[in-house]
Amino acid sequence: MSPILLAEQVLNGLQSGVMLFLMAAGLTLIFGVMGLINLAHGSLYMVGAFAAAAVAGLTGSFLLALVAALAAAAAAGALVELLVIRRLYAKDHLDQVLATFALILIFSEGTRWLFGSFPLYLDIPEALSGTVTLPGGIAYPAYRLALIGVGIAVALGLWWLNARTRLGIRIRAGENDREMIAALGVDISKLYTLVFALGAALAGLAGALVGAIQSVQVGMGEPVLILAFVVIVIGGIGSIKGALIGALLVGLTDTLGGVLLPELFKLFTDPASAAASGSAFASMAIYILMAAVLIWRPTGLFGARA
Amino acid sequence: MAEPVLATHGLSKAFGALQASDGISIDLRPGEIHAIIGPNGAGKSTLIAQICGALAPDAGRVEFLGRDVTRESTEARAARGLARTFQTSALAMEDTVLQNALLGALGASGRPWRFFARADRDASLRARAEAALEAVGLADLAELRTAELSHGQRRQLEVAVALTLAPKAFVMDEPMAGLGQEGSKRLTGFLDGLRAQAPILLVEHDMDAVFALADRISVLVYGKVIATGSVEEIRRDPQVRDAYLGEEA
Amino acid sequence: MSRESWLNTALLLALVAVPGWALWADEPFTITLATRAVIFALAAVGLNIALGMGGLVSLGHAVFFGIGGYAMGILASHAQTYTALMEWPFVIEGTKSMPVIWLVAVAASSCAALVIGLLSLRTSGVYFIMITLAFGQMMYFFAISWPAYGGEDGLSIYVRNGFPGLNTLVPIQFYGICLVWLCIALLLYARLMRSPFGLALNAARQVPARVRAVGLDPRRLQLVALVISGGITGLAGALFADLNRFVSPSMLSWQMSGEIMVFVIIGGVARLFGPVAGAGFYVLLEHLLGGVSEFWQIFLGLFLLAVVLFGKGGLVGMIAGRRGNG
Repeated sequence: MSPILLAEQVLNGLQSGVMLFLMAAGLTLIFGVMGLINLAHGSLYMVGAFAAAAVAGLTGSFLLALVAALAAAAAAGALVELLVIRRLYAKDHLDQVLATFALILIFSEGTRWLFGSFPLYLDIPEALSGTVTLPGGIAYPAYRLALIGVGIAVALGLWWLNARTRLGIRIRAGENDREMIAALGVDISKLYTLVFALGAALAGLAGALVGAIQSVQVGMGEPVLILAFVVIVIGGIGSIKGALIGALLVGLTDTLGGVLLPELFKLFTDPASAAASGSAFASMAIYILMAAVLIWRPTGLFGARA
Repeated sequence: MAEPVLATHGLSKAFGALQASDGISIDLRPGEIHAIIGPNGAGKSTLIAQICGALAPDAGRVEFLGRDVTRESTEARAARGLARTFQTSALAMEDTVLQNALLGALGASGRPWRFFARADRDASLRARAEAALEAVGLADLAELRTAELSHGQRRQLEVAVALTLAPKAFVMDEPMAGLGQEGSKRLTGFLDGLRAQAPILLVEHDMDAVFALADRISVLVYGKVIATGSVEEIRRDPQVRDAYLGEEA
Repeated sequence: MSRESWLNTALLLALVAVPGWALWADEPFTITLATRAVIFALAAVGLNIALGMGGLVSLGHAVFFGIGGYAMGILASHAQTYTALMEWPFVIEGTKSMPVIWLVAVAASSCAALVIGLLSLRTSGVYFIMITLAFGQMMYFFAISWPAYGGEDGLSIYVRNGFPGLNTLVPIQFYGICLVWLCIALLLYARLMRSPFGLALNAARQVPARVRAVGLDPRRLQLVALVISGGITGLAGALFADLNRFVSPSMLSWQMSGEIMVFVIIGGVARLFGPVAGAGFYVLLEHLLGGVSEFWQIFLGLFLLAVVLFGKGGLVGMIAGRRGNG
């Protein structure tokens, strides 16, 4: 395999990693602050993608589509938090799993009802449709490069939010001591709605951005949700830094495994069966990574030690 | 002097800047009640957690029956005969009083891998569980759901579960906590007789109980043992009066 | 007899009466529907051991269900093409015999439960949920991308497997087999619940610290519970594949895991007949609402939400009240 091809795959891995980060960051934030496991986070990803596809179809503007994705996912998140989620904070994980599983059913079937079962397509904006030549002569799609940029920007933004703003201080206080923050006169239920909407908006943004390179369809969110869970298990629950490192690890392992394992298998068997068995094992690579982290550090790379 | 049943040597544990245990060396001898007293935050709970294996010390070791158990799990220490009671009752609230006692008997039997027999029809388990309930005066409530017990009765059940283990030593974390005067008095009388069965390391806030029961007292302040001695010695110790008993004496 | 015992008896009698009713009313499809419900109930009884007794919120039980299904699919497909499963170091032939298939299904899914349990029980709480979900997804993708046994398309079997002395192609006889298995599993559940193991496991769910303090290891209790649980759900998977004469990766999907959990919850967690009530209700709802609206799962979702938010104890809890002791 040529070094250029390899470099491209590394970039692909980074790109899928940062998109996973958008999902995982919201999930881990919501768990850290409210102690809630939210299976419906994938549905918010889907809401973002559908909103973007619908608005892009109407207006032709990708930027408006992104705005719509953020707004729709945040609104859906806030609404769900007010109606359902806030009744779950005091309940055990089993109830949370069930209720958010029910939300997935409602979101998925509701979307199918509104948009039908056929996938929608969201086009990459004109300005980013070409390729960019990187140092070393690597021609890489501009849009994917932009995704990496957006991911890094969001990571920086979250760091800034967490470290430098009043909201960040409140979030951190909320993680440590709920009663304390209520005693300080912060309206805790408003804070929770806000955090949930923020997480939802990140998921919606990811859905819209990825929707332009894949198809937009019902059920697109759950595989990503489960990958985000793998990311969180690896990075450690509640840690944004863990989510970032974990997401990049998972993105790179998944992409590079898919390319390198079949190559590796070619050394032992004929090309046809090497491609087949190689890709079968590549599909397991990230879970093996997760298992290895579990054996080494059960609470994840950056999780609080039990 | 008889060999101690349980001993710690230089146990130390820090949480960040807080030194919760600072070179603690204490021992528990056959037939005695050794009380640990100290103000809130002195590190009593941390000490118990290390003795029972819930927390690994940064330095030092724990010896039980002449064997170094510092690296052993809680369950391994329990299987050797170290029985503890919890400060806030740790009981299976959905189960009956009898089932909680049966659990202790089952632990002592070391044979939980029976899938078809009925636990409540196993004669030896049942005898052990009922004897323990009888001893603390809960025999009449055996079929009651544990959640329905009063606070005082839960404290009694805590002690009963420890009894089912027929242990070589008891570690009791504030068994009198939340008991009324009457309840404290009754439990004090009970523990007084229990020391003949196995020695007790007793962490307790109730000074009447401590002074009535203890053969020896150790005073823990800021993670350090500042004095160990008989009730009289501790009462007279000026350092203790200063640090702890000041207002009371 | 308590109200719960009455309800359990009624449910059991209803299951026994279904074929008679179907013959009388000339609605043979009802038997297939009831078989589906009974198999789902069996899978859910398996999960109830881990979830109800052990408190293990496993969102990966489709792994065991699917492994059971593939055990049937792989053995039967080799038998129908007369090819050996393995020729070296010794020859393993396929089979069309249900008892052998069941044995393999239980053994394979229990082994999977052991491995998954060893890894996932290193953690607890939310981590456990996420990890079981993730391992489920791993098996799903593996089944899709492994081409030898149908990949994404799954495996079809031409003729249902056989059981000595019975004609399994007659729906009522196959239903009988499934019902007997369900009864055996329920009996096992009831015995486990009262056994020394069940006592310790129940306590490990409520107060692990106490279990440790009496000298038992809660993790080991939970691991054994997961292995038993996985084996039963695996058996259900083999029967399900036989019912449909088809196995595909969808049996391993996260939706399947979710559904098995839904059976337990709407029926009643840790209730003996909870999984039976839940699976029966689900299949009925699917059949009735599925005919009315293509989007019937919206109603299922709303119903689930109502159960979680307002109805403690599931269907059995609503009808029979709080759980009794023992």
